[in-house]
Amino acid sequence: MALIQVTEPLAHLAGVDLTSAESGPKGTRTLAARRLPLASPAAQLAHLAQAAPALDFDARARGRLTPAELEIFQINLGKLCNMTCRHCHVDAGPDRREIMDRATVDACLAALDRTQAHTVDLTGGAPELNPHFEALVDACVARGKHVIDRCNLTILTVPRFQHLPGWFAERGVEVVASLPHYRARNTDRQRGEGTFERSIRAMKALNAAGYGQGHPDRVLTLMANPAGAFLAANQCEVEAEWKAGLMQHHGVTFDRLFCLNNMPIARYLEWLLESGNLGAYMTRLANAFNPATVAGLMCRNTLSVGWDGQLYDCDFNQMLELPLAGERPHVADFDPAAWRARPIVTDRHCFGCTAGHGSSCGGATA
Amino acid sequence: MSDTYYSPDDLPKFGQIAEGAPKLAQKFFDYYGHVFAPGALSAREKALIALAVAHAVQCPYCIDSYSKGALEKGADLEQMTEAVHVAAAIRAGASLVHGVQMLEHHKKLAM
Repeated sequence: MALIQVTEPLAHLAGVDLTSAESGPKGTRTLAARRLPLASPAAQLAHLAQAAPALDFDARARGRLTPAELEIFQINLGKLCNMTCRHCHVDAGPDRREIMDRATVDACLAALDRTQAHTVDLTGGAPELNPHFEALVDACVARGKHVIDRCNLTILTVPRFQHLPGWFAERGVEVVASLPHYRARNTDRQRGEGTFERSIRAMKALNAAGYGQGHPDRVLTLMANPAGAFLAANQCEVEAEWKAGLMQHHGVTFDRLFCLNNMPIARYLEWLLESGNLGAYMTRLANAFNPATVAGLMCRNTLSVGWDGQLYDCDFNQMLELPLAGERPHVADFDPAAWRARPIVTDRHCFGCTAGHGSSCGGATA
Repeated sequence: MSDTYYSPDDLPKFGQIAEGAPKLAQKFFDYYGHVFAPGALSAREKALIALAVAHAVQCPYCIDSYSKGALEKGADLEQMTEAVHVAAAIRAGASLVHGVQMLEHHKKLAM
């Protein structure tokens, strides 16, 4: 596990107490803050190996998992977050100080310029909390890139960040927002008391800025994770229900729904272990392996950059510290040709992306 | 063989019912698959109906399957509980409405 480092002062957050309930609901505390052995990626991988020793992802994928063209440049701006959801695979929270610094942001932009990627996908933690967030968005928009902000919604209700819906709209940023369900109960159990109400408030602000009304430059995508040890719904089947439910009960609209499976990593893994569900969940994922999901997996067309510039095949590998194949790959040394020829790094957690309808940062893959 | 009539280990073995009559099993499982595909009713609505019926016929295999199934089709606890209440209400109502027969008998027999 990387040592916690304060890379830059968080001067831009002066006066914002991220630990307070006002700044964001807290479903739990981070594994790191509780100093649990499970905070270590090696311990997490060991639990998966112990729970499902016979699972072999590469054998199931049988050579179908090969790199495609690089389309999405995904940057994890850090683990700092105003929330501590119980299913977080990042173990993000207000106590985390792993935050991308300006030099690494600049290295990302230089690497981006060596690729044909059409989309820059910003994630975290809450990516908006990085001091260089707005400068990075502007630099990507200036390059003609489609920018995605992976947003927890509640951050948009914190006074310091309430300008963002309008600011995003001016730049055509797509907002991909987490909401586990269109009904309050599941959302608050997974993400902390009050999350649903604040999420609706944030969606209203986004709607007021023009989001969620079919405009191609004001796209509001909702991303739903199951609140428990079961697979995600079929996003095509439930999108209409979600739209009707949110409109009828809360008067808010959105453009499209992604349904993703939860990854047995970090705090969701902790919950699986505590609730005695880990073995059955891994079996469920493996039994639901769908070969048709492989072609659309994000690891084929996405580069994932960690807060410290290390490179990975996806954000999940990033959190398990399973780096891109090669010798300590760093964004400053990014070589698109070598990337295109690399073997994709996998482990047992990859069954989470191939179960059922498939699951990637771009939603279902089959 | 387990020493109880009901075992959770039996549910994944359902397909083995094909052993004695493979063609009938194939027809049943094909039919079953088609019944639960989205149609005029959504897959979620069908899973909730299945969950309610599972309670009415008191089948623990079906309750196991469709508790999971309803969640995976996007239902939540409130919707699932209301579905079970529908089953309970129909069962109670089915008993109670027969009371009309009782009344008729009473009318005929009692002074």
